[in-house]
Amino acid sequence: MTAAATSARPRHLLDFQDWSPERLTAILDNADTMLQVLDRPVKKVPALQGLTICTAFFENSTRTRTSFELAARRMSADVMTFAAGASSVSKGESLRDTIEVLTQYKVDAYIVRHHASGAAHLVHQYSGKPVINAGDGRRAHPTQALLDAYTVRQEYGSLEGKTVAILGDVRHSRVARSNAELLPKLGAKVILCGPATLLPADLGALPGVTLTTDPVQAVRGAHAVMALRLQQERMTGGYLGSLQEYADTYQVNEALMGHAESGAIVLHPGPMNRDVEISAEAADGPRSRILKQVENGQAIRMSVLYHLLVGRD
Amino acid sequence: MIITITNIKRVGSDELTSVTIENGVIKGWNLPEDGEVIDGHGGTVAPALIELHAHLREPGQTQKEDLASGLAAAAAGGYGTVVCMPNTSPVIDDPAIVRSLLEKAGTLGQARLKPAAALTRGQQGEALAELTYLKNAGAVMFTDDGRTNENARVLRLGLETAASLGMVVSVHAEDASLRADGVMNEGAVSEALGVPGNPAAAEAARVARDIEIVAGLAAQGRPVRLHVQHLSTARALDLVRDAKKRGLGVTCEVCPHHLTLTDEALRAFDAVYKVAPPLRTQADADHLLEGLRDGSVDCLATDHAPHTRAEKERDLLDAPSGIAYIELAFPLMYTRFGESLGLEKIVELLTAAPARVMGWPEPTLDTGAPADLVVFDLDTQREVKPTEFKSKAKFTPWAGETLKGWPVLTVVDGKVAYRRE
Repeated sequence: MTAAATSARPRHLLDFQDWSPERLTAILDNADTMLQVLDRPVKKVPALQGLTICTAFFENSTRTRTSFELAARRMSADVMTFAAGASSVSKGESLRDTIEVLTQYKVDAYIVRHHASGAAHLVHQYSGKPVINAGDGRRAHPTQALLDAYTVRQEYGSLEGKTVAILGDVRHSRVARSNAELLPKLGAKVILCGPATLLPADLGALPGVTLTTDPVQAVRGAHAVMALRLQQERMTGGYLGSLQEYADTYQVNEALMGHAESGAIVLHPGPMNRDVEISAEAADGPRSRILKQVENGQAIRMSVLYHLLVGRD
Repeated sequence: MIITITNIKRVGSDELTSVTIENGVIKGWNLPEDGEVIDGHGGTVAPALIELHAHLREPGQTQKEDLASGLAAAAAGGYGTVVCMPNTSPVIDDPAIVRSLLEKAGTLGQARLKPAAALTRGQQGEALAELTYLKNAGAVMFTDDGRTNENARVLRLGLETAASLGMVVSVHAEDASLRADGVMNEGAVSEALGVPGNPAAAEAARVARDIEIVAGLAAQGRPVRLHVQHLSTARALDLVRDAKKRGLGVTCEVCPHHLTLTDEALRAFDAVYKVAPPLRTQADADHLLEGLRDGSVDCLATDHAPHTRAEKERDLLDAPSGIAYIELAFPLMYTRFGESLGLEKIVELLTAAPARVMGWPEPTLDTGAPADLVVFDLDTQREVKPTEFKSKAKFTPWAGETLKGWPVLTVVDGKVAYRRE
């Protein structure tokens, strides 16, 4: 583990706006080491011993929370789980009051998920502690983007000059936004693709990002193709004619992948709607790196915790 | 009761003079000192300001504001008259509520209350309220502000009825279905932040619809008066400008926050910047300012919308919309636009202009006029300290900024309603 303990490093991972390519690369590099830790018989290092990390989840999540909690425990941190559904939040307590109370338990860092964009920023504001955004509204899901980037880098050795196509409900996706911020910083191009109703034109203004409603055009020349989960409620919102129409047009399947680079891989942030946004064949086929993403996610989260909390001021 | 305010300058003049007030009217200028003598310290005197759009939250939401705090805040902001909005709990759609508010406000000795009443029962937009009774009880305007008038037919009927009573209908012009779940301006900032956007077209589409209702009635020889509240977009202003050229009975107001802030402010995810309609782009703000200059914007209004601090400390989706800053409106306008618009224009937009919208006599400082006036200190720079607000909402986007043009004395109905210590 080589992360330098300097005061210039970011103390939070809310999104990627204040992160340099060098810092981001350091996180990916450290994830290599963390993967080695996960391969050992004893999957634990003492890096965060004595620190208490609170997973404050104001929105349901099992996978992400489990991944973060395991990552923290494998770094020897104490983990406090706060689930809003069973807490005073359901009795009307404000976000500020909740966080101020939790901070009195001597929490050293927060991992936050919330239905509203910007909530992770507020938790930092109210707690003064390091915060890792585990997904806020449509805003950001930075560790997901890091594990996506890591998975692509694992395949190709570098992100420089690579193209990642992201297909689906871009409008409501924090995963798409975070990838659109992160991947260009690491030298990759991002193509966002979906039905016009789910593809906000303004996202095309981000550097290194292009938009298209044509899935074939999106995947042509792509080194990685990511399908985003399509939520059923998009139907009642009037965004789509039908799920079948969507699947026939935008589904990531073998036929569509035939237009991508010959060795292109398939990604999905999960959970999947099989045979809607992704065919079962593509999800389980040789191009799929979906389970690899899950494994890499734990290593990336360990690396992020290490980067933010070890040697901090 | 006699008061003489000495050492003051009338707007537009550099000469020091004094004014004597007796029994609620201006007795004369430069008379021998009489009664209580107040030193104006070289301040500039203007007619007291008129607010057409304030939320005073009484009845029912007095944890946010009440008549006492809201009207004291208004007086501290230099306002002599305040039209309060009816989206209270219960809604002001009952003549008894109008009467009780007027009675209570009359005992406070602060700014003068002029209640607006709901256009429709419960502000539900489906059936007209008892507009005649409400007018007779003292309501001065009809509006479903806080809600959008989705039922165009009911709005049309309301406009006709109000016109027959000589009244204005004011509207929160926003197509709710186009707005959908948007909580900030739809554009590059909202997409980058991942916050649901409210498109400019939601406002423009509704303004266009309402103008066509007015036009249709006018073509049948039934002129009505529609006042569009808190315009936020360039396109909607162009529609109003065009309606005025057509000679239609359409007026509009703009709020200082839409002139001085943009959607960029939301990048901090601070809900203090969450307002409805939302903060738009600099191009919109510039266009609205141009509208103030060329007369297509009729007047300024603050949309004073107090909330508790706890409510505004929620996330952007859950926090309520609104900024409460009736105490800052004049200093903010004078500091930012004193040079470009000029003092006299800003005063007019806050006094004679809203009076014209309402069909009230234009306030003057002439001998014999009602003694509603304000003295401004145009020179002293002071920091905005929300803790000093009279309003219960002690937070603001402009906290810590330095402004000039602060009111130092407000006289309402011949009595001192506010005096800076």
